[in-house]
Amino acid sequence: MTKVSMTVNGKTVSGDVEGRTLLSGFLRDHLNLTGTHVGCDTAQCGACVVHVNGEAVKSCNMLALEADGADVGTIEGQANADGSLNVIQQAFQDHHGLQCGFCTPGMVMSAAALLKENPRPTEAEVRKYLEGNLCRCTGYHNIVKAIMAASGQDVSSIAAE
Amino acid sequence: MYNFEFEKPSTIADAVSALGGEDAQALGGGQTLIPTLKQRLAAPSTLVSLGGIPDMQGVCIEDDGSVAIGGATTHATVASEAASNYPALAALAGQIGDPAVRNRGTIGGSLANNDPAACYPAGALASGATIITNTRQIAADDFFEGMFTTALDEGEIITSVNFPVPQAASYQKFLQPASRFALVGVYLARFADGVRVAVTGASEDGVFRWSEAEEALNKEFRQDALTGLNINPANMIGDLHGSKEYRAHLVSVMTKRAIEACM
Repeated sequence: MTKVSMTVNGKTVSGDVEGRTLLSGFLRDHLNLTGTHVGCDTAQCGACVVHVNGEAVKSCNMLALEADGADVGTIEGQANADGSLNVIQQAFQDHHGLQCGFCTPGMVMSAAALLKENPRPTEAEVRKYLEGNLCRCTGYHNIVKAIMAASGQDVSSIAAE
Repeated sequence: MYNFEFEKPSTIADAVSALGGEDAQALGGGQTLIPTLKQRLAAPSTLVSLGGIPDMQGVCIEDDGSVAIGGATTHATVASEAASNYPALAALAGQIGDPAVRNRGTIGGSLANNDPAACYPAGALASGATIITNTRQIAADDFFEGMFTTALDEGEIITSVNFPVPQAASYQKFLQPASRFALVGVYLARFADGVRVAVTGASEDGVFRWSEAEEALNKEFRQDALTGLNINPANMIGDLHGSKEYRAHLVSVMTKRAIEACM
């Protein structure tokens, strides 16, 4: 076992892990931060997306020890300080951007990473960025709409389907 | 996944030394290796992460105008930092996988793995890149030795890759949407002294140069120059995503698109 330390959602955390412990496993099983979902476990579906030093990564495809010393952000750190939903989360609720909700943590984390590098993306850019996040319920339409709305753009012309 | 020891050296020398251990394995971004380990297709005793070595990070422009990329540089970094000096290569990097994969996957990892459908091998081969390791420099023409096989020795590390910048270049990727690899990808690079065409995703021998097309394009650089040239389907990959004949046809189609993009 090796000691690993990192900052998760602003708090310093540490734990003893094996070489093979994945970042997703460390977050879920050691820190009980089960908002990060493991869907496919093959880096295809994106339910496990978190931020490592500000960049979106698939936490099921990164070793916990690779994140030693890193600044990690998960869905649990997304809400506002008063506990209310942040602008992306609220937009997902307002625009019905989720059905079963399994993919939603990854979608929100990817959306946050997108809007950080591209604050007013086009619809095509949103769809392109979400290529690594799979949703089996919504058909993506309302997810895209929610992210466009979260970026402060008028989405009334994007027809509901 | 079988368990292993994990090391993350901060110098190339320490990484080489760590890789000297029995059954030690280098870890780039892990976007292929970690799924492979999960399937228990490999059982290294030690994984040596190359992600903590500053000398292997980043993109820089050499005095001769070539673009040097550290072996542990991520696809996302190449997509942004090579964009002004070598836009076709940056565009290739920006089409690999998806954004989260590009934030982890590295150029050295991709080249060392030499997946027959990976994008970087086509970019390196068509550009006539030089793969620089801890011990030597290897021309791309000598580096790729068939599917998942390269000239790298055991424990040898790709420390950087040097790309001469062509007058014009284009990578045309026909996406296999489930894997996000190339079903067929063609990288065309036009230099003052000739055209190089490298094809990925198509051959059972991995990336290759389409020399007949190069000869024809050296005589006349236009799409019609390819008329009558055909790839023999016999050595093409045939699977549920596309037959041998389909891939052979796509090689021509994608090469023509690359020519058009370079006009």
